[in-house]
This record gives sequence, structure tokens and C-alpha cells, in this order.
Amino acid sequence: MATIEHRPASGGIGESVLRKEDAKLIVGQGRFVDDLVLPGMLHAAFARSPFGHARITGVDRSAALALPGVAAVLTADELGIAGGVPCASNPTGDTRQPRQPLLAEGIVRYCGEPVVMVIATNRYTARDAADAIVIDYEPLPAVVDGRKALAPDAPLVHGQYPDNLCCTLRHETDGFEEAFAAAPHVVRSANFNQRITPVSMETRGVVADWVRASGEVTLYTSTQVPHFVRTFVAVINETSESKVRVVTPDVGGGFGAKLNTYREEYLACAASKIVGAPVKWIEDRSESHNATIHGRDQHQQYEAAVEADGKIRALRFRAVQNNGAYLQLLTPSISHLTVFMVPGPYAIENISIEVRQAFTNTTPTDAYRGAGRPEATHGLERLVDEIADELGLDPADVRRRNFIEEFPYTTSVGLSYDSGDYGTALDRALELACYDTFEERRAEARGRGRYRGIGLSSYVEVCGLAPSAVTKAIGISAPGWESSTVRMHPFGKVTVITGSSPHGQGHATSWSQIVATELGVPFDDVEVIHGDTAFAPYGLGTYGSRSLAVAGAALYRSVQKVKEKGRAIAAHELECSVDDLEWADGRWSVKGSPERGATIQGLATSAWVAANLPPGLEPGMEATTFHDPPNFTFPFGTHVCEVEIDPETGRVEVVGYVAVDDCGNVINPMIVEGQVHGGVIQSIAQAIFEETVYAEDGQLRTPTLVEYQVPSAADLPRITSDRTVTPSPVNPLGTKGIGEAGTIAACPAVVNAAVDALSVLGIRHLEMPMQPHRVWEAIRNANPTGAAR
Amino acid sequence: MIPTKTAYTRPESIEEALATLADGARPIAGGMSLIPMMKLRLASPASLVDLSGLAELTGIAMDGSDLVIGAMTRHREVAGSALVRAQAGALADAAAGIGSPAVRNRGTIGGSLAQSDPHGDLPAVLLALGGSVEVRGASGSRTIAAADLAVGFLTTTLAADEMIVAVRLPGGAGRSAYAKFHRRAIDWSIVGAAAVIRGTTTTVALTGMAAVAVRATGFEVIVNAGGSLEEAARHAGDGTRPAEGLDGSAEYKRHLAGVLARRATEAALAR
Ligand SMILES: Cc1cc2nc3c(=O)[nH]c(=O)nc-3n(C[C@H](O)[C@H](O)[C@H](O)COP(=O)(O)OP(=O)(O)OC[C@H]3O[C@@H](n4cnc5c(N)ncnc54)[C@H](O)[C@@H]3O)c2cc1C
Repeated sequence: MATIEHRPASGGIGESVLRKEDAKLIVGQGRFVDDLVLPGMLHAAFARSPFGHARITGVDRSAALALPGVAAVLTADELGIAGGVPCASNPTGDTRQPRQPLLAEGIVRYCGEPVVMVIATNRYTARDAADAIVIDYEPLPAVVDGRKALAPDAPLVHGQYPDNLCCTLRHETDGFEEAFAAAPHVVRSANFNQRITPVSMETRGVVADWVRASGEVTLYTSTQVPHFVRTFVAVINETSESKVRVVTPDVGGGFGAKLNTYREEYLACAASKIVGAPVKWIEDRSESHNATIHGRDQHQQYEAAVEADGKIRALRFRAVQNNGAYLQLLTPSISHLTVFMVPGPYAIENISIEVRQAFTNTTPTDAYRGAGRPEATHGLERLVDEIADELGLDPADVRRRNFIEEFPYTTSVGLSYDSGDYGTALDRALELACYDTFEERRAEARGRGRYRGIGLSSYVEVCGLAPSAVTKAIGISAPGWESSTVRMHPFGKVTVITGSSPHGQGHATSWSQIVATELGVPFDDVEVIHGDTAFAPYGLGTYGSRSLAVAGAALYRSVQKVKEKGRAIAAHELECSVDDLEWADGRWSVKGSPERGATIQGLATSAWVAANLPPGLEPGMEATTFHDPPNFTFPFGTHVCEVEIDPETGRVEVVGYVAVDDCGNVINPMIVEGQVHGGVIQSIAQAIFEETVYAEDGQLRTPTLVEYQVPSAADLPRITSDRTVTPSPVNPLGTKGIGEAGTIAACPAVVNAAVDALSVLGIRHLEMPMQPHRVWEAIRNANPTGAAR
Repeated sequence: MIPTKTAYTRPESIEEALATLADGARPIAGGMSLIPMMKLRLASPASLVDLSGLAELTGIAMDGSDLVIGAMTRHREVAGSALVRAQAGALADAAAGIGSPAVRNRGTIGGSLAQSDPHGDLPAVLLALGGSVEVRGASGSRTIAAADLAVGFLTTTLAADEMIVAVRLPGGAGRSAYAKFHRRAIDWSIVGAAAVIRGTTTTVALTGMAAVAVRATGFEVIVNAGGSLEEAARHAGDGTRPAEGLDGSAEYKRHLAGVLARRATEAALAR
């Protein structure tokens, strides 16, 4: 492993440089898809199913077609597209992958499924026309709960299969049952990791421009994965990959929801081809609640065989994952990620796992920040607290006793954890949270009529997706490498082109810092561009906390190539051997006589002038690297939460929050802290506020931001965050990834704290989200005389 | 989230506004309720008359012993007014707790009362304080007492060609306070309670317990007979059948009614 030098340089690695991408966003000079206006552009709107499950018995388009300004009213028949939205995941080899047509064909399977597409001169007319279409439906029985969908008599979501099972993920270590039977105690725990809705500031949106004369297609889309979109548009819309250009301008959030290709992307391309004009569609806020994927929705059951000291000898995990009506890009792989992380940071050698994935009449679920890993961590960290509770042990001690201590460590599900030091992060978190003096705060709160509790959550996650051979082995039909180009210009300025397309993560800043340190050029001399398949090398995208670990490593290697080319030119100019040169502060100089040297920026000029290059060396100073990582990375940490509960109303308030995360080496501490804060609040939101709810008949009961409770800053606590640093040996930067740690860690810390607060009333479990009425009911049920106040 | 086509006027005199109303236009005040309804296509007015140009409709002043507040006065001004705080503490509390700063900067007292949202805070405040609204229409002016204004879910006794011009609160309202419970800081009340203490009489009105604001008679009877607040709280929701929803069961809401009636009364007593 190469190590990086931590030299203080302006804007270099390790500094909290202000994000260079923010100024334009703050003053309103960002360019989002909805800002784009093309000549002759038309607008799309959709008539979507109001039913969870129904047969379409008739479509009357006449009123819509009669409206002035309507260019086309399209159903599946007019499109004539045989393909469907692709799923790139088949974890079992026999995963059922029902076709997801672009517009419904005869049957609608979830509320919000698009049935008819309208193209009109403006958005208002398009909406009016969509509303004027008369669609006759014959409602069919629906099923929305994953467990009920797997019951023998459940209504079938896809009639071609005998049941609603999508696939079953299984894993069991040899001798599991014997090991389970040998331990003296069995502790059981059950959780529902509820369905939640990704809510990014910018909804999805596209502009498709299919130039009939040339066959060139340009698709502007708000996505995390422009290159995937291009590949799949070529396949589904039946054209050449080299005819398709996908442009991703500024993206206002994704959280995994935009790690997908969607019907509307293909539909906009098809419609543009049909009407012969660019077509824009901007998802509206309410539409987003059922047209964009949801996250989580996993029912879990745990059984742990434990020693009296809390040591876990064997763990049985059973779960049902609700996949929704269709499979999106990675739907079946999300609960596969849960499977990978079932043992978490603990040395649990005997494990038995079964996850059944179900189809239901709901919006498809897929990756939502954390993607499968929050589910694993939540269930496990609740279980560990229940073990501590049943055995009368301190929850921190139970964690410490079970932690993995030697690295690399191969887990019972077969992952090789790269590096770690779990105990140190735990100790630091307990210290910052004043764990030792908590009982004083509990007593003080009780004096004010409040119940106060403290909760821990220790986690490890899998990031840096992924070695391509591994993605293939786990049934994902896309590789896991990443690309970066470093291009030096005639005067030595640098353009970095990254294949990994960001949507708020600050790639431009972090990537510039890497170049500043590694190439010794000023931070401001570096520009980072991305998100246009016409100029960027193929990249797999920004998701799974992978960009820095994988694309950052690709960048690092490109920088080294440029540096080495500079060295060859310097040796030629200085008339010495390359071995006589040493590198410092952006300059190659002759060992022992530092005044004889050349800066890399000057050498870039030489490479452009090209009049005095070593024989055989090409002009130009540019390098591209495709980096396929040898392993995943495994960030970890411990979070501690304190809550207070008002027993009269049931309100749970987070009053203290400490996050200690280890994401390996840090490029920009401020960006890391921002990621931690954002992730933690998203997870507190899941623990206390947010839940996507369907009625039994498939109606979405949380269709707007009035019902779907996204909290605001006023509802959220101050967060104390700190780090330990354990570099990853997997990549030359030693980084691991931090994008999802907060969403993975926080839920169980918050729920554990609330359960701890109410444990004096005999409460052992609280379901998420811990909304006031639920908590009040739990208190009342535990204490029917109403004495708790 | 895309409204239908609508015409728009912004008159500068009440007469002009009334003429436009008589032509079938719908008034728009802060737009904080009407615009979301239009975006969801729950309301599709053919034309709107914007009341924000009518200077006579704003302002907070005493008229004899009554406190009079123009219909277009924004929640933020109501919340920040020393006069309101002194005369009608419950109204100041409620206005300060509405939505977010952005909503309080736009939303108006008249619009809130005309909206008659079962989870809006102001109808219960007006009811407890014994206030009324002053209304003008093509056929003249009239006064509607709080108890006669709201008749159902988003429904009032205002005629389509009428508008609220001012809110009148009787003097000598005594000490009053409002307590609300909601999940997020920006939310409407799940349940709210306005308590007013005049001499030895306590009046409490509740938000969120029915389609319109209702008096907490069970609570009032006990308190006014000298019973304890705890005992009264157990009866605050008597006779109500609040809607069950994602925000809780009817039983929970009846329980909250008691907690909030007690808290509002305690706060009023402390003033
Ligand atoms: C995020 C959010 C949170 C909110 N939270 C709360 C809350 O906690 N508590 C609360 O009470 N409210 C809340 N509201 C609603 C807010 O108080 C609105 O301002 C209020 O409901 C309507 O007032 P408006 O001036 O915006 O009226 P508009 O939206 O303009 O109009 C509402 C209705 O009243 C009619 N109207 C308006 N003015 C008059 C008039 N003078 N005469 C006759 N009819 C008229 C309109 O035609 C329309 O039917 C919230 C709103 C939002 C968006």
C-alpha cells in the first residue's frame, strides 16, 4: 500500500476548505434540469393510476386531444416499446424479474403507476389534458404488506407467477444448529424497519432531445448515474450507445432514489422521437411521493444464542423485504446488503440467514441512503440492547465483549473487513456523551416530569462498491470500477474529469484537494467536471459511499501518471536520470541541488510545446485511470443518543447526540462532518417522524409533505461529531467513505435511548417512527391506570 | 401540484374588491392555504381577487374597549403586537405558533378564519374569547359571532360575495392563553386549547376535536364548580369524536384535549 503524505499545503488534503461548488448554488446560478429551455421544447404530464391494483378496461383520450396545445396523448400501444425498466440485480440466479413496462399495459400494480403520457406546449396544458383523460378501471384485490403478500391466499401482483415471492436469500454456517443449542440463553427481538420516502430538494426531471435527422439523442436528467442511463436508453429505446449523450447538470439531492433509471427517462426519449421536438418532464412534489422509489420496508426477526456474559455464540436472522410492485435497478440487492451486514461489528461465528423478498401493490423499493445496511444495524443494535437488558449487563460492555479485534477479519457471511478499531471509537463516544454521569441527568429530568434515556449504536458498514468480480458474484450485472482523467493545460492549470457524478457531495472540492496535495498545484488551479457522457470517461456513479474510495483512488493514480510523465520530461530537460530526481512541493529537482528543477506546471507547458521531449514520449500532459478496487471498505463507529419523553403527550425529543465515526483518512473534515450531520438527521427522522403508509387497498396515505412528516431544523438536535482515523489498506488514499454512516447508525441509538427512558415502566420495545401517539399508547398500555405523568 | 388557469386582480378599494367578488372571484389573502389547495387541484377558482392592496384591511387598534384587527393583518404582526399580548394573550400565543416564519409572514387572521381548517388555531381562540368577524358584501355589512362563523370542514357561513374585513375581540377578556400540540414545529395542531379566565369563569375552546372548534364543556363545568384542573382535564374531551388518523386515535386526542386544556388554563392563571 502506498501512503499519502500529509504535508500542509493550501487547499490540500486534510483541510476544511470551503466547498468550491457552493457559491453558485447559493446565489442561484446553479443549473438544474428545470432551468433548461430548448428551442421548440414541449412538456409532458402523466395520467397515473389512482388504484393500487386494477385492470384497465378503457382509455378515452378524446377530451385531452381536443384541448388546444396538446401535441400527443400516448399509451403503451403508441409507444410500441418491448423492453421495460431494467433491473441489474439477480442475487440468487433465479430472482423473478417481471417486466416493468414504460406505460401500464392492461393492469396497474401500484398507485401512481403511469398509464398515459401527454405532450403539450406547456406544463399547465399538459396537466389539464392528463386530467381530462378518462380511464376506466376495474379494481382488483391488492396487497401492500410484505408478510401478507407471502401468505398462501394473497392476491397475486404478477399473475404469471404462482405466488408473490421474488427470491429468497439464504446463508448458514456449518454446524449452526449445534452451536445455537450450546449457548445457555436465547434472546429474541423483532423489528419493522418501516417504509420511508426519499425527499430531495430537487425532484426528478428530464429533458429529452431526439434529433430525428441525425438520430442523436441528448437526455438531460437529474440522476446519480448518467453513464448507466445512457447504456440503458440505448438498449430500451433501441439505438446506438454512441448516439446517446446523457447530461447531468447540477443535481439537488438523490439519496439513492436517483441511483436508478426510470420510466420517464425512456418515455421522454420515445416521446421526443415521436413528436419531433425536445420534451421536458419535471416531477412535481406530490408525484414524487409515488413515482420515485421508496426505501426500507423490512420485517425482521432475530434469535441470538448467548453466554451469560453477553457473548453472542450464534445468530438467526429471518426477514421479509417488501420490494414493491416491480424491480428497480438494484431492488433485490438492497436486502442482500442487509444480509452482508447481519453480524455487524461483532465476532459472531455461527449465523443463519433467510430473507424472503415479496412483490406487493406498492411503489418499488430500492436504495435509500444506507441501502440495506441501516436495516442490519438497526435490528442488531436493538438486539444487543435486549441482550444487555435480559442479562442485566451494561449495553456498552456487551458491545465491547463481542467486538471484532483483529483485522483483516473474515466474517461468517464471507466479507473481509479491511481495518478497524471499534473499541476506541466506542470509548471516545462514551466519553464525549458523559456516559458515566448519565444517571444524574435521568434523575434531574424525572424531577421535571420527563423520562430521560441514553442509547448506543455501534456499526460497521460496507462501502466502496465494489470489486467488479464481486459485483458479478453477488448477482449485480454492472461492474464496480471508477474512472478519472487528469488533464493539464498549456499554462499548468488542471482539469479533472470524474466519471462519478455527484449530487451534493462536494466532489469538486475534495478532488481538487487531492490534486493540490499530490501534484503540488494551488487548489484554485484545479477544476473538476463531471456528469456529461460526451466528455467524461465511463463511470458507475455516486452511491454507496463509494466515490472517494473508488473514484478518488482512480484520480490518485492518474495524478501519479502525470507526475511520472513530468519526471521524464524534467530528467530530459535537466539532463539527468529520472532516478536522480526527487519530488517536493510540486517540483521535480535534482537530489542534492534543489535549485536545479522544474515545476509540474512548467513541465505541463513543456509537454504542450513539445519541442524538447524525450525520444518516444507523446506530447500533452494527461492521464486516465480506470480503477477497480481489490476489496470493499468498512467504515465504523459508535453513536450515543439521549432523549427526553413527555409522558403526557408521548413526544420523544432528542436532547443530546454524539457521533464518533471512522471513515479512514479524511480529505476535508468539514465535508465529512456535513455528511455525518445530514445522515444523522435523516435517520433521526426515520426513528421519530417519517413513515410511508399504505391503506390495505393500495392507496398511499402519505401522498404529500403534510402527511409525510419530514422534520425541519427546529425539530432536530445539536450534533457533536468526532472521529477516529484507521486508514483503509484497500486504496492508496486510505479512505473509507462517510456518506451513509449517519443513516446507518442513528436509528437504533435513538430507539435504544427511548426504550431506556421508558424501561422503568416496563417498556422493552418501541416501533419506528416513535410518533407521539404511539409512544403515548405504549406508556398507557404499560401503565393502564394512567399514573405516569 | 399544477393549478388550473385562473384570472387575477388586485384592487385598491373595498368597493372594487366587492364588485369583483360579486362577479364570482375568490378572495386570496396570504395564499398559505388557498395556493396549496389550488396546486393539489382541490380548489380551481376561475378568478382570484387579491386583498393585499386594501390598506383598510390591515392594522391592530382599540375601538372603545374592543380590540379590532384588520382581516389582512399577518400572523407575524399579531404575534408581535404588544396590544394583542395585553388584551388577548391566547391570540398572541396562537399566532406565534402558526407554521413557520414564512407562513406567519404571509398568512392572515382573516384568511385563517375564513379557511375554517379544523386543525387551524385561530377559530378556537376566537370562540374562547367570544370574538366576532366583521363582514362586508354586495348587500352590506354584518357581524358574525365566532360560534356562528364556522359550520363544517372548511365551511363557513360567509356568502361567496362576502369578505371578512376585521376581527373584533370584546374588551375585558381577562387572562388568556393558548396551548397546542403538533408533531413537527411547522405543523398545524393535532389538538389545541384556548383558555380564557374572566373573573371566576373559565372558558376553554378546543382545536382539532371536531370539524369546527368546540367548547370544552366537560372541562369548564368542573373548573367553574371549583374542581381541580386534573379532574377537569379528564373530561375536556367529553362528547367529542375527533377523527382517527395518522396523527393518533380519538382516545389519544381526547387525552390531549385534557392535557392542553389544563396547560392553557395554568398558563392563563400565571399571566
Ligand atoms: C406549512 C404551513 C403550516 C401551517 N401551520 C398552521 C398552524 O400551525 N396553525 C394554523 O392555524 N394555520 C396554519 N397554517 C395555515 C395558515 O395559517 C394560513 O395562513 C391560513 O390558513 C389561511 O390564511 P391566508 O391568509 O394564507 O389565506 P388564503 O390561503 O389566502 O385563503 C384561505 C381561504 O380563505 C379565503 N379568504 C381569505 N381571506 C378572506 C377574507 N378576508 N374574507 C373571506 N374569505 C377570505 C380564501 O378565499 C380561501 O378560501 C399553515 C400553513 C402552511 C402552509
